[in-house]
Amino acid sequence: MRARVVISGVGDTPVGALEDSSCMSLHAQAARDALADAGLGFDDVDGVLCAYSLVEPHPMLSSVFCEYVGIEPGFNAVVQAGGASAAIMLAQAAALVAAGQCRHVLIVLGDNRLTGMTRDKAVAALAQFGHAQFEQPYGISIPAAYALVAQRYMHDYGVTPEQLAAIAVTHRAHAARHPNAHMREPITVADVMASRVIASPLRLLDCCPISDGAAAIVVSTPGIDTDKPTVALLGSGQGHTHEHIVAAPSLTDFGCKQASRLAFEQAGVTAADIDVAEIYDSFTITLLVELESIGFFERGEAGAAAAAGELTHGGRLPCNTHGGLLSYGHSGAAGGMFHIVEAVRQLRGEAGDRQVDGAELAFAHGDGGVLSAHCSLILGRL
Amino acid sequence: MTGKPIPEANADTRPFWDACNRGELLVQHCRACGHRQFYPRGLCQRCRSEDLAWQTAEPRGRVYSFTIVHRAPTPAFRADVPYAIALVDLADGVRMMMNIVNCDPERVAIGMPVNIVFEQRDGQAVPQAEPA
Repeated sequence: MRARVVISGVGDTPVGALEDSSCMSLHAQAARDALADAGLGFDDVDGVLCAYSLVEPHPMLSSVFCEYVGIEPGFNAVVQAGGASAAIMLAQAAALVAAGQCRHVLIVLGDNRLTGMTRDKAVAALAQFGHAQFEQPYGISIPAAYALVAQRYMHDYGVTPEQLAAIAVTHRAHAARHPNAHMREPITVADVMASRVIASPLRLLDCCPISDGAAAIVVSTPGIDTDKPTVALLGSGQGHTHEHIVAAPSLTDFGCKQASRLAFEQAGVTAADIDVAEIYDSFTITLLVELESIGFFERGEAGAAAAAGELTHGGRLPCNTHGGLLSYGHSGAAGGMFHIVEAVRQLRGEAGDRQVDGAELAFAHGDGGVLSAHCSLILGRL
Repeated sequence: MTGKPIPEANADTRPFWDACNRGELLVQHCRACGHRQFYPRGLCQRCRSEDLAWQTAEPRGRVYSFTIVHRAPTPAFRADVPYAIALVDLADGVRMMMNIVNCDPERVAIGMPVNIVFEQRDGQAVPQAEPA
């Protein structure tokens, strides 16, 4: 297989409460590490993509970043699609490289919303995703919006709270194998069920934490001299059905269906070929809906599969091997990039204690808004 | 002063919010293709026609999904927890978000019939749902 575009470098900061960080210092740190991983320096970068920050919101965040690190790239832009940003940026960077417009595109996302703002301010800022006139007046929050999906999905397909809890437990066990993860203390289904209700049926441990952290990836034209296995983007696809949950055409079918279908078609593979999956999991229900909507599991089966260990090493689909947003951590736009960084490490065989044996083909997926914006990626080791 | 967000009407939505203040619920109807839509827009979401008419909707519907919120997003909602947010399917075929008011949150269920009532919020009436 000859790739037109390769992922030449990945980098990430620790995740959790990073007291001495700023939004931009985290960006710079992740970018430096990703470039070092690729054997490149800041001056090799000719394309930059950034996303957004709640702590230091700015209408030109990528210009702020380039100014901060002192680079003057030939291409520089922002992509804002919530949790789908990272995956969309990777697809966009690949298009820039494939078109010959850039040789090395640096994608960098991060935020310090755990220590850089109060928890109340972060929750309030996230509630802005709701429609100003037709959702926010009713006290909507991101967890409440996903809870509306959860309630209906559980009603239609018989999913139980214990099955959702099994997803949280699996993710925590994965995070325990990752030295950088935010939440590494083991939990049980009983712990999840005993945690306080945030927005029924979702409890605290059904929800991802708020974390500081950043991640970066370098997308390059092939031919870099490196001793690392080459990882390429084999396919990508998107699906966009709505932004606000009040306007979602369905509460059980979402854009992940189209996104994954397009990505699988482009890569010429099927869900059954995937060795490891890194799928957006802002809440337990998020992952469950995506797994069934994408077709990794039949409707109503992903919850039972999680409880039976099918989402971990040795199971049918090792999923979110770094611990996902639920336990590895969620640093704003960077949250979706952690999945992609993990996919690359799995394909390179660099995942240490959490390595999936023989991982050659990975599926990564981002979801922005309330299951609103979706981007699927198929990554392969060449 | 409740401190809760007060909808700020724009050119698309002003007739809807003005009607709420008269105790009336308006839904947009496309004269070109017959599609009914919510929330109000400058064009038909289905056929993109701009030939839209306002129709008075029957003030009743059913709960399509709901959540009981225990963690308020802003201080303005803290006194209300636990409170119910529902997606309500109106008899006229559109879906709106509302709180279920005048109801024990424990009683809210999918499929529950509701009537639309109006909550006064600093000069703007906001549609809400209560058990039918």
